[in-house]
Amino acid sequence: MPDDVVPAGSPTRAEICCIAVAEAFRGDGEILANPIGTIPMIGGRLAKATFEPLLLMTDGEGLLIENTMPVGVRNPAKVVASWNPYRSMFDIVWNGPRHVIMGATQIDRFGNQNIALLGSLAKPTVQLLGFRGAPGNTINNKTSYWVPNHSRKAFVERVDVASGVGYDRAAALGERAARFHCLPRVVSNLGVFDFNTPDHRMRLASVHPGVSVDDVVAATGFELAIGDDVPATREPTVDELELIRTVIDPTGLRERELPNP
Amino acid sequence: MAAPDKRVTVDDIVGEIHDGMTVGFGGWGSRRKPMAIVRALLRSPVKDLTLVSYGGPEVGLLCRAGKVARVVYAFVSLDSIPLEPHFRNARQSGAVAATELDEGMFLLGLQAAAWRVPFLPTRVGLGSDILTANPDITTIESPYPEGFRPWGREPQASGGRGELLVAMPALELDVALVHMHRGDQGGNGQYLNVDPYFDDLMCMAATQSFMSVEKIVPTEQFLAEGPVQSLRINRLMVSGVVETPNGAHFTECPPDYERDEAFQREYAATAKDDGAWEAFRAKYLDVTEVEYQDAVTSA
Repeated sequence: MPDDVVPAGSPTRAEICCIAVAEAFRGDGEILANPIGTIPMIGGRLAKATFEPLLLMTDGEGLLIENTMPVGVRNPAKVVASWNPYRSMFDIVWNGPRHVIMGATQIDRFGNQNIALLGSLAKPTVQLLGFRGAPGNTINNKTSYWVPNHSRKAFVERVDVASGVGYDRAAALGERAARFHCLPRVVSNLGVFDFNTPDHRMRLASVHPGVSVDDVVAATGFELAIGDDVPATREPTVDELELIRTVIDPTGLRERELPNP
Repeated sequence: MAAPDKRVTVDDIVGEIHDGMTVGFGGWGSRRKPMAIVRALLRSPVKDLTLVSYGGPEVGLLCRAGKVARVVYAFVSLDSIPLEPHFRNARQSGAVAATELDEGMFLLGLQAAAWRVPFLPTRVGLGSDILTANPDITTIESPYPEGFRPWGREPQASGGRGELLVAMPALELDVALVHMHRGDQGGNGQYLNVDPYFDDLMCMAATQSFMSVEKIVPTEQFLAEGPVQSLRINRLMVSGVVETPNGAHFTECPPDYERDEAFQREYAATAKDDGAWEAFRAKYLDVTEVEYQDAVTSA
């Protein structure tokens, strides 16, 4: 990676997002942290390497590993703790001790997520991934989201189809059926969002350094709950930045997923 | 006593697959797919199939070749290319019908079929549009009150109605097709990569199951190839076995071989251009398996 792409100095937007993702796992203790995507994976591994050492993580495939594995490196060293083929992963999903971070092509104010398709189920205008594991994740595990392209196309008034269950749909199911439903946070390239409002509408929790509240409002297709004083997303410590840059993502994949603005 | 001889040819297998059948495929995405059998299917006149799969290129190829009426799936992906382009085209043009499921519901459907029960209960699907997409999939209430234990404690009168659950129906298959690393002539099968996927469930969910393998070995050799836990498929599950070296190509089949990413990119690029597809088809699909293997190894 050329030197001008990964600055040695102040944190990039991608690095801020790694921290925002890592913070999603704070307090989780001994569960499976299962972040999907490059920046989520870096954030999860950072959390495990620093303030949440009890987290268990996968190698991205069928193994659970204990060491801090770099992303984007061929055949990295693995300290294998357990075997976790897909069938065992569903055991963990349904047993409960898991926090997953998924992507979202569309997300709405209650955290309903769409990764399946755009348009109608009968004849989509754009066939996306399919429902994948989103229905099962959201009804069984903590589920957070990573949206690297915050825009009115992504943060929408209404998702075309709900693959991941939001708070309004969970409420309609009733307390017992939805007792494991929990959406801790949404991290985008502009800020951090949660659902800590009386009716679980999405709230702007923090804006990334260099982003204004107005920027977020302009890029969001629904009305966010916004407090009087929105803090800035915390910046990485010197040690965290060093870990990201030299150990977890030495080739700078994060900057490719989210170029610095 | 040696294992029975269930060796067949890929053409024998295709001969068991008729128009309108429901066919399940082992593997996951672009990983350890029974591609030699898929190629034989592509050469056959069979049509109107319902495909059941943790979908990869077999779904895209069969859709593009006009053999598919419906796909039952939670995703269709080439892994390194997240969206299967031929499958996307088929969905977006309305050429194939779709049954969209969650990955875990899919597992439970296969498990129900394998265990010969009509459904299995799950929390998965509640609240999501899976149930809108599949109006025939219904919910049930648990017949037991909350906190019920069958060993003597008084059932709680206050439990009221039981917990709401989705009744995931059995995914019964006419034919299952899987690819394993090693097998014997009796149909015992061994995987040597990290993940067995759901191949054994696929086989037990099907009326007939056929297994291709990289290599047929004497039964005595299995434990020299891998640990006992790698013997995931036993011959009760398998109707016929065929040796197809490099038979999962271009999907991955480690440790025997990795995915052929260059070939996969070439395949994916044909989704944008009918001419490119016709050229691809003439070079790689309208040929025998021997000619295919020559073409992909000389490239």
